[in-house]
Amino acid sequence: MDALLSLIHGFGILADPMNILYMFVGIFLGVLIGVLPGLGGANGVAILLPLTFSMSPVSGIIMLSSIYWGALFGGAITSILFNIPGEPWSVATTFDGYPMAQQGRAGEALATAFTGSFLGAFVATLLLTFLAPLIARFALQFGPAEFFAVYLLTFCSFVGMGKESPLKVIAAMMLGFALAAVGIDTVTGQLRMTFGSTELLRGFDFLVAVIGLFGVGEILLTMEEGLAFKGKTAKINSRVVLQVWKELPKYWATAIRSSIVGCWMGITPGGATPASFMSYGLAKRFSRTGSKFGTGEAEGVLAPETAAHAAGTSALLPMLTLGIPGSPTAAVLLGGLLIWGLQPGPLLFVEQKDFVWGLIASIYLSNVAGLIVVLTTVPFFAAILRVPFSIIAPIILVICAVGAYTVHNALLDIAVMLVFGVIGYLFKKLDYPLAPLVLALVLGDMAESAFRQAMLLSQGSVSIFWANPLVGSIVTLALTMLFWPLISAGLARLRPRAPAPLSP
Amino acid sequence: MAHDTEHGGNTASENTVSKRSMELVVAGLFMALATLIMVDNWRLGASWQEDGPGAGYFPFRIGVIMFAVSAATFAIHLRRLNAADPTFVDRTQLRQVLQVLVPTIVFVISIGFLGIYLASGLFILFFMRWLGKYPFYKILPIAVLTPLFLFMMFEIWFLVPLPKGPIEAALGY
Repeated sequence: MDALLSLIHGFGILADPMNILYMFVGIFLGVLIGVLPGLGGANGVAILLPLTFSMSPVSGIIMLSSIYWGALFGGAITSILFNIPGEPWSVATTFDGYPMAQQGRAGEALATAFTGSFLGAFVATLLLTFLAPLIARFALQFGPAEFFAVYLLTFCSFVGMGKESPLKVIAAMMLGFALAAVGIDTVTGQLRMTFGSTELLRGFDFLVAVIGLFGVGEILLTMEEGLAFKGKTAKINSRVVLQVWKELPKYWATAIRSSIVGCWMGITPGGATPASFMSYGLAKRFSRTGSKFGTGEAEGVLAPETAAHAAGTSALLPMLTLGIPGSPTAAVLLGGLLIWGLQPGPLLFVEQKDFVWGLIASIYLSNVAGLIVVLTTVPFFAAILRVPFSIIAPIILVICAVGAYTVHNALLDIAVMLVFGVIGYLFKKLDYPLAPLVLALVLGDMAESAFRQAMLLSQGSVSIFWANPLVGSIVTLALTMLFWPLISAGLARLRPRAPAPLSP
Repeated sequence: MAHDTEHGGNTASENTVSKRSMELVVAGLFMALATLIMVDNWRLGASWQEDGPGAGYFPFRIGVIMFAVSAATFAIHLRRLNAADPTFVDRTQLRQVLQVLVPTIVFVISIGFLGIYLASGLFILFFMRWLGKYPFYKILPIAVLTPLFLFMMFEIWFLVPLPKGPIEAALGY
């Protein structure tokens, strides 16, 4: 019941009207970001992060996390009305959402998507409230070897769970680690990989990288498809919403299953995108109307949206308790914590109670607020989507440039952003995943120092990673994940006639 | 990704460079970068020093892994010689991408000389005129109001200074 008391305390922090205002501003900006091409959760939060430096950490995180929730809601709007997923995790929403819009049931589809998102987020927040303090208390006993083992597990899960080629996942990840190592080595004070350039002394900031990879890269990719957007119009009125809510209890099993899939994929760094696909696949297999999926089934909208939102929310759990973000956007939020002078990790729950519980309480409120905002403002955002791309694109590029500059007040960072934009475009075309790159760039320094400290303790022997049952089992699990593509290929060869297992 | 498969079978005139060559180039770049990482970190001390792991200990291993996986990707695509090798990007698509990329590069370079506000205004003006073919009475409000709004937001409300150029200096900022 400790958690409940802390939560009530958290709601007390929210009583500040400014925090509520920041929450609504955040959600509104978030939906806008989710709707616009080239701006998404990760780079939207990265661009707005410098604006929060003058706020208190609590207000700052409430606004930034609200942007994240808003972006999660917003992705559904473009998927359903325009058949263009605004965010990668809403790709699966287009499968049934757009057919529904074509049949003139756009309002129904949107109301289903938003309600599903809300449900998923609510389940994930409950999990966060009651599980996070326990994990944090447990993690207080972790030494450097355990922390490195958890980092290892995080990165190995990308290999085991990603749908991209494992070789490319590892290559992208290593690029992130290498970029993170550029600059002054904090332990020895030596300059690493600066090649005599003073500009490289600062190293590469992941915020600039995120803005380039996700923002500029996405604009370039969108340009390939040409400038035209053709969308359906949507009206949502209270009658449609009530009717949808009356129908929804029918799909309780799908909602619960999708929430569980989402929470699991969010905590392990699978992320919202695979969660939405997996949940859609499961719903299709188990639903009585599964064969009609793809022609405009409300259940086919509910499943991916619930999972995506559950995953997006539960990605905060490892970020807050272990300092390991479960998604690129959570990684950017983690970067925010570091900038505000908060060290993410188990001690956060002991030393920064106001911050942690203020944030958790705000997630409950901001999802209610988000649901209200999106249900009432859909026509407005649909109208924004009708603004031609040749007006939107230069404005977004200007915003990206401003965002990259404000991170360090460095002109060179804008050029670095552009280079990352081209890299992002190439990587997307060739199926190199971006999320492991970003996470490695964020966590590189911390993973390295945990590794070095562990090596110091053991005087260079890797046996420290099997020194006790806890660290041993995490490392073994991590290695299983790393070699999972090989293991599953081997299993498939052993049982050639067995049905293909569901993606892990 | 949808983009790759949809435009798989093109007429010869749309071909630019094959996807396989692009894979080879990117994997090759990864290998070159990994070599650079390994060389520089070997210089710093990638082995065990008297007092613990050297500065290059961790990054050197990163370089080794990066080289190994990229070499494997390179080898896989080198051996894959089938007839259906789609083009990396259509000629039309490439032109559209460059239509955005080249003006953006010019915009980024010009920020250093003109300041971000003037450069942004000119960039929006150029973009809407050249790609959108809008009349000036529609372009000007957007090209003027966007930088003005940014100026209000950053310089006045949030007190975050952005790069400024001769125009702002002449106006006393």
